[in-house]
Amino acid sequence: MAKRIDVSGLTAYYGSHKAIEDISMTVEPRSVTAFIGPSGCGKSTFLRTLNRMHEVTSGGRVEGKVLLDDEDLYGQGIDPVSVRREVGMVFQRPNPFPTMSIFDNVAAGLRLNGSYKKSELTDIVEKSLKGANLWNEVKDRLNKPGSGLSGGQQQRLCIARAIAVEPKVLLMDEPCSALDPISTLAIEDLIGELKERFTIVIVTHNMQQAARVSDRTAFFNLAAVGQPGKLIEIDETERIFSNPSVQATEDYISGRFG
Amino acid sequence: MDTQIKDAPPPSPQPTVAEQKRAARGATRPGDRIFLGLSRGSGILLLVIMAAIAVFLTYRASIAISKDEANFFTAFEWNTQLIPPKFGIAVLAFGTIVSSIIAMALAVPIAVAIALFLTHYAPRRLRGPIAYVIDLLAAVPSIVYGLWGALILVPHMNGLYGWLDDYFGWTGIFSWQQGAPRSMLTVGILLAIMILPIITNVSREVFRQVPQMHEEAALALGATRWEVIRMAVIPFGRSGVISASMLGLGRALGETMAVATVLSPSFDIQASLLDPGGGTFAQNIASKFGEASELGRDALIASGLVLFVITLLVNGAARMIIARRKEYSGANA
Repeated sequence: MAKRIDVSGLTAYYGSHKAIEDISMTVEPRSVTAFIGPSGCGKSTFLRTLNRMHEVTSGGRVEGKVLLDDEDLYGQGIDPVSVRREVGMVFQRPNPFPTMSIFDNVAAGLRLNGSYKKSELTDIVEKSLKGANLWNEVKDRLNKPGSGLSGGQQQRLCIARAIAVEPKVLLMDEPCSALDPISTLAIEDLIGELKERFTIVIVTHNMQQAARVSDRTAFFNLAAVGQPGKLIEIDETERIFSNPSVQATEDYISGRFG
Repeated sequence: MDTQIKDAPPPSPQPTVAEQKRAARGATRPGDRIFLGLSRGSGILLLVIMAAIAVFLTYRASIAISKDEANFFTAFEWNTQLIPPKFGIAVLAFGTIVSSIIAMALAVPIAVAIALFLTHYAPRRLRGPIAYVIDLLAAVPSIVYGLWGALILVPHMNGLYGWLDDYFGWTGIFSWQQGAPRSMLTVGILLAIMILPIITNVSREVFRQVPQMHEEAALALGATRWEVIRMAVIPFGRSGVISASMLGLGRALGETMAVATVLSPSFDIQASLLDPGGGTFAQNIASKFGEASELGRDALIASGLVLFVITLLVNGAARMIIARRKEYSGANA
């Protein structure tokens, strides 16, 4: 179910500006990989190339390969829409559809993918909300608007919406940066559970969070403003935070810059 | 401590409620006071004008209606010169509502489609020029639309009328007696063209304000462009499109010159939209007011009051529709 991601020689542009250059890495299935690095180093851009969301931005284009198991996401004839049905995404700010109820938010992706019986839909919605540790809080108000929930609940609703369609990979772009510490803890616990089923990639500015939730950590950096971001190193999280092999990584995680 | 008390004005033993309120409000500056006065004054002025219009209409209307020998709401005639006078608004209400419904049915879908095209499909460099042309369309005076309608639209309607009669004549509302196409359908089409720009522009503004993050949420779930629009854009813009339509409907209900130039009026109701005849409130007032007697004018004012009430009801209904879905509007997201 979960799939391996194999990136080779990936470069992404905004118009003529090169945002990230020549990135290669492998992400193992059923693991959590954290991306850390200073602002503007291209970690979010790189994350968005993994489900072809980068090209949605005007002028966005990508060179290189992203293999999901053996399928090249940028291969000829690959429909970005079907890529995004395999690779789910959770955004920085919780973004449930404000015009939909909690139930409809979770069912939104399913309704895109095909027709389900009402009972099947109910089952999947319940399973997804349970999977996102939100079921007990919302089971009595599934028909209320999703925007009435707290920020942390909204973010878990977005996670439920993303996992309802059973993606192979789950991308998370700073999912806790708009949340308070308690909601953050709830999401971090959830990530620990979700990695049993999904391949998870998370961008974070919070290094403790990277250390807490991830198996492997990738450090991105850029030489100067206007220069493309690059992958400095990727390794076991423990090793990155105790004994990284590149000096710049050590400087960054010990707070000497960035 | 003692010196401070000496400097302060002697405190009254028990501060009054007004004084407490003033103290809670803190110091006010002249700028604040002037602006408060101006904005409060403008608000009051609006209410006074509305009340003045309502009082004027009701007073003059009541004079006319008290002398009316026919049923004011159901009579199919308008004879204020008769003794006793007989007049009723049934024909006018029917014509106003039917022509506006035709106009809305044609204009709203097209306007929403144009707005979506401009915000989500059109190449960036085309968006500005197209929006500008639509703005120009809104600036054309209604008498010019009326002349264009009478001289260009009417002579070119025969083909459409014949086609509608051939295929939908059996329904009754699209049958055609080969009369000049100066009927409710032509009026509705002309009104649709006239209200298209305002609905398009307001809808475009609303669709532009759909937060990027909602569209990305849909995209990330694997939505196609059309599905993004269906899931995120249209629901978010729904109340705005309703408001836009109400602005258009307001114009359609009250449009005078364009209707008066195109319609060939009569005081009866045509079952078919294609047969000439009928009338609207505004058109009837414009064409009769000049030569009307004292009572005739009051009767026309009475019909104006009915138009006023219809407009209020329509706006109220639209507000209710918007309010009912308020918690889903996205305003609290």
